[in-house]
Amino acid sequence: MIRAATVILRKDLLLELRTKEAVPAMTLFTITVYVLFHFGLDRDSLDGELASGVLWVTLLLAAVIGVTRLFAAEREQGGIDALLLAPVDRTALFLAKASALFLFLVAVELVAVPTFDLLLLGPGLGGTLPELPAILLLGNIGIAAVGALVAALAAETRTRELIVPLLLLPLLVPLLISCAQATEPLMRTDQGPEDLGRWLGLLTLYDVVFVLVSVAVFDFLLED
Amino acid sequence: MYSRGLVPLAGATVVAIATSLALVFFYAPLDADQGFVQKIFYLHVPMAIVALGGFVAGGVFGIRHLRTGDPSWDLRSYVAIHLSIILGLGVLVTGAIWAKASWGHWWVWDEPVLVSFLVVFLLYCVYFPLRFAIEDPERQARYSSVFAITAGAFVPLNFTAVRLAEAYTHPRVLSQTGGSLPGEMRLTFLVSLVGMTLLFVTLWKLELTAKHAALQLKKLRRRRAEREAVAA
Repeated sequence: MIRAATVILRKDLLLELRTKEAVPAMTLFTITVYVLFHFGLDRDSLDGELASGVLWVTLLLAAVIGVTRLFAAEREQGGIDALLLAPVDRTALFLAKASALFLFLVAVELVAVPTFDLLLLGPGLGGTLPELPAILLLGNIGIAAVGALVAALAAETRTRELIVPLLLLPLLVPLLISCAQATEPLMRTDQGPEDLGRWLGLLTLYDVVFVLVSVAVFDFLLED
Repeated sequence: MYSRGLVPLAGATVVAIATSLALVFFYAPLDADQGFVQKIFYLHVPMAIVALGGFVAGGVFGIRHLRTGDPSWDLRSYVAIHLSIILGLGVLVTGAIWAKASWGHWWVWDEPVLVSFLVVFLLYCVYFPLRFAIEDPERQARYSSVFAITAGAFVPLNFTAVRLAEAYTHPRVLSQTGGSLPGEMRLTFLVSLVGMTLLFVTLWKLELTAKHAALQLKKLRRRRAEREAVAA
């Protein structure tokens, strides 16, 4: 199963490297959203809850693009039939797709977070350093699990571009709450992390629940 | 098939609702703090509990559908979610009215139960566009069940997250002590809850019967059309 998952993941990463479709679009989108927030809020620099909120809402909106494109190659080129005919477990497909989305998100954040610091963040990234990457990683796991599930759910519908954001964003509300709350004290000018543990605990619980639910139900999607 | 016991159930619903209304207006004491406005509690809270129960039941029926492959479980899940959405709208409206009357605002963000309910409601609203964007009936049933299960798991997680994020201002009527309600109020509340639950089950059975009959009718019509085509 792990081998099958690695093969599909390698295919997806190779495809992304060759076509450069999802990651550059997501990155460009995050920067556009920063510009929108700059004018929408009429603020040159943000800190505290405003900063962490803007960062996380932007990342979630970028994730919507990634999720919409997750099964795009298979659908447009007809590769999905070959994947489904292959004698591999659906769980392998889920693991591959979730890992691909996870890596896409990491790649986007490598650019988007420093850019956020450059364009909008007041206090600077230095103060967030040991904790923020951990929050981002845990957040990415949750987005990847829910995103792969939503992508598969929407893949067979006529209106998938509508279904993905409507389904994904409410499902991500608990994740947004814990990520934004955990990040907020790190971006305050008067620092001092407070109950980081509680939010990371909630985030971990969210990740565990949705990885398990997704693995359990994924077998029933993308059949026949 | 689904209509068994519908008539006595409907009778019991009428009795329970009438009793609860009588209790609400003539028996339950006026709240010392909020006065008459507090009586919306006997509508709002049972509706919220029954709606959440309906969502969870939808998830359980979804599990049974995926286990057995029997489309009737999917129909049960669909109807339960459909009715819960309608009740959910009622919860949001009565909640807003209550908030306006007791706190002075139509919407209060630092009120975790109402906010969680809104998120859950928004999520379940996507059930219908998702369901009806899939044409193949077998696949439609399967995908809807997957949605029902995922959303069912989401409900408790979301309530935990929102409750942690907000201050505790919501009146916690069913806290562990549970004794904050005086006896008359608790009796009225329990009767209202029973009435609302019976109403939900009656409507659920009624809609199931109607949907089932419509399906049967469609099948018969198709068969007749086929026969006529063969005869001609």
